Amino acid sequence: MNILVFVNHVPDTETKVKVGADGKTIDPAGINYMLSPYDEFAVEEGLKLREKFTGEVTVASLGGDANKETLRKALAMGCNKAVLLKDASVRDSFAVARSLADFAKELSPDIILFGKQSIDYDNGQVGSLVAEILSMPSISVVVKLEINDGAIVAEREIEGGHEVVCSTLPAVVMAQKGLNQPRYPSLKGIMDAKRKVIEERAASFVESKVEVLSMRKPPAKNPGKIVGTDVSAVPELVRLLHEEAKVI
Amino acid sequence: MKIIAFAEQRNNQFKKTAFEVVRAARTIADQLGAECCALVIGGKVSSIAPQLGGYGAAKVFVVEDARLEHYSTTAFAKIVAEIAHAEAADILFFPASAMGKDFAPRVAAKLDAGLAADCTALRVENGVVIATRPVYAGKAFVEVTIRSALKLFTLRPNVFSSGTPSGSAVVGKKEVALSEADFSSAVKEIKIAGGKKDVAEADIIVSGGRGLKAPENFSMIEELASSLGAAVGASRAVVDAGWRPHDEQVGQTGKTVSPSLYIAVAISGAVQHLAGMSSSKYIVAINKDKDAPIFSVADYGIVGDAFEIVPALTAELKRVLNR
Ligand SMILES: Cc1cc2nc3c(=O)[nH]c(=O)nc-3n(C[C@H](O)[C@H](O)[C@H](O)COP(=O)(O)OP(=O)(O)OC[C@H]3O[C@@H](n4cnc5c(N)ncnc54)[C@H](O)[C@@H]3O)c2cc1C
Ligand SMILES: Nc1ncnc2c1ncn2[C@@H]1O[C@H](COP(=O)(O)O)[C@@H](O)[C@H]1O
Repeated sequence: MNILVFVNHVPDTETKVKVGADGKTIDPAGINYMLSPYDEFAVEEGLKLREKFTGEVTVASLGGDANKETLRKALAMGCNKAVLLKDASVRDSFAVARSLADFAKELSPDIILFGKQSIDYDNGQVGSLVAEILSMPSISVVVKLEINDGAIVAEREIEGGHEVVCSTLPAVVMAQKGLNQPRYPSLKGIMDAKRKVIEERAASFVESKVEVLSMRKPPAKNPGKIVGTDVSAVPELVRLLHEEAKVI
Repeated sequence: MKIIAFAEQRNNQFKKTAFEVVRAARTIADQLGAECCALVIGGKVSSIAPQLGGYGAAKVFVVEDARLEHYSTTAFAKIVAEIAHAEAADILFFPASAMGKDFAPRVAAKLDAGLAADCTALRVENGVVIATRPVYAGKAFVEVTIRSALKLFTLRPNVFSSGTPSGSAVVGKKEVALSEADFSSAVKEIKIAGGKKDVAEADIIVSGGRGLKAPENFSMIEELASSLGAAVGASRAVVDAGWRPHDEQVGQTGKTVSPSLYIAVAISGAVQHLAGMSSSKYIVAINKDKDAPIFSVADYGIVGDAFEIVPALTAELKRVLNR
């Protein structure tokens, strides 16, 4: 099976966001980056499919040189090949998706795995966009995936339950937490990943359609009220919720 | 100018977000001097379609086909794209629900249009729609515009008001030819988790954390939630421990929620948890540690033992609310 996984390199979840000097993006000073958590589920699923069907897992990321760190992590987990689609400019989902699709076309994979969303801009669009551009079926927010003879039965999370979705390969699948338990890279995996060459190529040029005008922090909250320090505070809390906040 | 709002239904009942999306479309249409239309897709949905008139749709397009009883990503994307094209729509609105988020990007790609996802506010400035959307799970917000002629927006459920229903719409059927190939991914079955309320849709959420010490102690949280008609949420610590299913996880790698009331019980308030819930209208924290970071975002707090306070709170709510 020819498996392609797209991964994004994002500020880690501990990041305290500061708006940068341009007023549109975050201040990168002091930020650590990581493999976007949902993309880690996608990598793991790719590796599991290879274990079942044999074949190769290619991992690719669009971004600047820094993305190599995330590609190395995916290699250390066990991916066969890594490709950096080089372009350090800020792009919207559409511009990312077009370039990823251009790359995917060449590879003609049986399955393309994505995370359900990048945890930076929380768009959750790129996987579905790539699928449409390549005229492939897509299944998002996937928590269970079974493939037999090219037929897919997947479960995706919806409000208050799951949808069982049927489809066929080649397809795009977007991973949600719960799909699997990502493995930790082994020491050997880490050493091998260091030696592997990450292929670099220029990402195709595409213009963004969504323009960011400004970024701001949410308004700071006024310090709340400590209603009390034991059960005797309960009636007052209920009164406040009822009469002051009017939420119950 | 023309705006079309996709009105989500399941089992021939509109979701609350359907009304929110139609109302938002109407509000923007009025500011732009545009026509507000709605679109409903399903197996048999003609009878519910007129309801959308009450929320501001002047016209409702109905696409009915027995094969559309269940959702299909590819078929829904095709239908909406064809109707948007045929109607020369300028703006499309969708709910940022599991369904809307799943197929709206495909509609955008078909029509070579930009999509602003999961918007929490919309405004019009000099004839241009400007959307606000949370990024970094709510640690910041961006304002965006869309450059393409056709513009797509998905709107976060529970944020836009649906208003009081009044008015009526002209309802008309639309035909879209669908072949087997248009159903290349299709839902075959829906597994409902016991009618459970989802945190992403709930108006009130009661969440529990590791301070509850054992999974069985969540019964206390469930009782409090049921006294309020609330959904149960959880911190990642308890989801990772297997005490609660991951669809209840609130936070940066769980669900981002903005209910009118969020009650955090025995949750410390790690930055990843705060990211997912700090935009709630009112936050109540119950924690025995007065220095827990959750208090920094709480409107009301009780510093104390959850095992004493939660049952007392449930009892008091039952007393007050049943009056
Ligand atoms: C990549 C990554 C992503 C993450 N994503 C998320 C996410 O999406 N959502 C999320 O929630 N976390 C997330 N986390 C985890 C987060 O950092 C915290 O570890 C987690 O939120 C802690 O959960 P908790 O508050 O339940 O537990 P703890 O931090 O252990 O807090 C327990 C609290 O209970 C209180 N307590 C104890 N006993 C009692 C009692 N009897 N009565 C009252 N209070 C009591 C304690 O004072 C304490 O404040 C993520 C972490 C990483 C690294
Ligand atoms: N720059 C990128 N390079 C490679 N893959 C990406 C990139 N951005 C997004 N993706 C993939 O697309 C998914 C959805 O991203 P998004 O639409 O940005 O939320 C992510 O989980 C990744 O799998």
